[in-house]
Amino acid sequence: MEVHLTSSVGYPKKKENNMFQIADKKFNSRLFTGTGKFSSSIVMKEAILASESELVTVALKRVDVEDSQDDILRHLDHAHINLLPNTSGVRTAKEAVFAAQLSREALETNWVKLEIHPDPKYLLPDPIETLKAAEELVKLGFVVMPYIHADPVLCKRLEEVGTQCVMPLGAPIGSNKGLKTQEFLEIIIDQSNVPVIVDAGIGAPSHAAYAMELGADAVLVNTAIAVSQNPVEMGKAFKMAVAAGRLAYEAKLAPVVHKKAEASSPLTSFLN
Amino acid sequence: MGSFKDIFDTYNWDQTIESIFSKTEHDVLRALGNTKRDLEDFKALISPAATPYLEQMAQLSRQLTKKRFGNTIQMYSPMYLSNECQNICTYCGFSMTNKIPRRTLTDDEILKEVAYIKSKGYDHILLVTGEANRTVGVDYIDNALQLIRSQFANITIEVQPLLQDEYEQLIESGLYAVLVYQETYHRDEYKKHHPKGKKSNFDFRLDTPDRLGKAGIHKIGLGALFGLEDWRADSFFTALHLKYLQKTYWKTKYSVSFPRLRPHSVGLEPKVEMTDPDLVQLICAFRLLDEDVELSISTRESEIFRNNIVNLGITSISAESKTNPGGYSVAPESLEQFEISDERPTEEITAMLKSQGLDVVWKDWANNWE
Repeated sequence: MEVHLTSSVGYPKKKENNMFQIADKKFNSRLFTGTGKFSSSIVMKEAILASESELVTVALKRVDVEDSQDDILRHLDHAHINLLPNTSGVRTAKEAVFAAQLSREALETNWVKLEIHPDPKYLLPDPIETLKAAEELVKLGFVVMPYIHADPVLCKRLEEVGTQCVMPLGAPIGSNKGLKTQEFLEIIIDQSNVPVIVDAGIGAPSHAAYAMELGADAVLVNTAIAVSQNPVEMGKAFKMAVAAGRLAYEAKLAPVVHKKAEASSPLTSFLN
Repeated sequence: MGSFKDIFDTYNWDQTIESIFSKTEHDVLRALGNTKRDLEDFKALISPAATPYLEQMAQLSRQLTKKRFGNTIQMYSPMYLSNECQNICTYCGFSMTNKIPRRTLTDDEILKEVAYIKSKGYDHILLVTGEANRTVGVDYIDNALQLIRSQFANITIEVQPLLQDEYEQLIESGLYAVLVYQETYHRDEYKKHHPKGKKSNFDFRLDTPDRLGKAGIHKIGLGALFGLEDWRADSFFTALHLKYLQKTYWKTKYSVSFPRLRPHSVGLEPKVEMTDPDLVQLICAFRLLDEDVELSISTRESEIFRNNIVNLGITSISAESKTNPGGYSVAPESLEQFEISDERPTEEITAMLKSQGLDVVWKDWANNWE
């Protein structure tokens, strides 16, 4: 849903260039989605269409890239949907680079969501292997979107090797716990020269809106939509939340009212 | 890789002033209330609309400074190495056309001056020169660094803008920080005040911090010389420069200084006056914009001003400075670059700081790690 403000009552008009860009691609929607955990490919498709998401990540391990009639890929065949293959399942930089090359050939996209989580339980990203793989993949001409901890220094290091964005996590993937890493996300947003996409942990539209209010450029949501009782309605809810959060960020939130600081003697009376 | 010039060129001086002066009380209140402040907030805080809120700004600035820096003030001492200069700068006592005796310190003289500065307790030093590339070029500066590096924990220079590889060479020799003030970000006014010499190249100076960042310097000091142009616009561009650099060269620390035009042997009158309340407002605005940036004040300012400003956001000061080469012990009578205002001896300054509950920090670096 586009949020339109009525200019006749004196509100600012919706900005023309509200789109945002990663590499050479412009997006109308700041909600990125995933394809895992849905009850069927049909539900997945309906939910993603309802969310109006334009970038949808697909685990390479889940699809048969040789099969043009692959169930997931077939359902994502829409003009406005860009596929973002991810390397979920790889455990090292070497495996990630290999997987990315396979996917580039088969899916004809040089975009890759770099996920290296050697730990099968929490699926936490390995920062060392991720940085190594990112550097290599950038050299190979990929648009690299790395999934990482909310580590501000790592984000700067990734930016330096040429990743087109960073994707710090809000909480462990699939946990739906929200922005547990908020302090670090704020530092990352403050420092970054590339888009910051909060990935993992977003469990409710309010979390997504909050991430956008903090100034994240986009969010990636999968589990919270896929595992909802009604993924289609939830896809819509996230769409609205992300749009609202972004609008609020651009409109600038009213400041929180703090209690008065303890009175101290005047500091500027010497000027009189 | 781009540089600050790419960003700077998208701004317009007059529009910037207009934007600052159009800030309202509402904008100021919002800026005060925000916990994170952006450059629009900064504009509001330096605008005339913020002047009724100066006390509140000062209280906030003090709180933020204490939170980040504690109850401390860093001490440093400038040391002028040379007054030779091939530039014409309308406001400077060392300007090429000024008929003054020129002196460049020899190794022995440098060591003599160092001995005096050390005897006062200083461990952070700022080396200053004019711009005379044949006699006071990179090799001269390099030699000076090597000569004194074992005696100081932290060495900063304020010299002519250099190239990236030259900075890299000096960092190898113990250089910690470089101060390079744009003087004014107003291109045409800059040209008027720097009609001749290498310094007349506005863009080369503008991109000096980029070259420093690329060279991997530990700290870069920014500033504008207040009096040349509208201080609000010049400060906005300084803040813009700072924010750009912080994002681009994230391993580097930053400081901002607030030099106001002082009388010197030529006696250029400030075109735009900056009053004491203006300067307090600006210092507080910088602190409210950035909790981490070091804010420095020199002996250009008066006793009473310095006694108070050390509580309002400033984190480092100099004392008893001489602005002539050899001024401490070698040639105390030679002509100064500008007259300082606060002439109190170091001991008196440190006593003043201590009486306000501030710890005097002499050493906050170790230059033998690399």
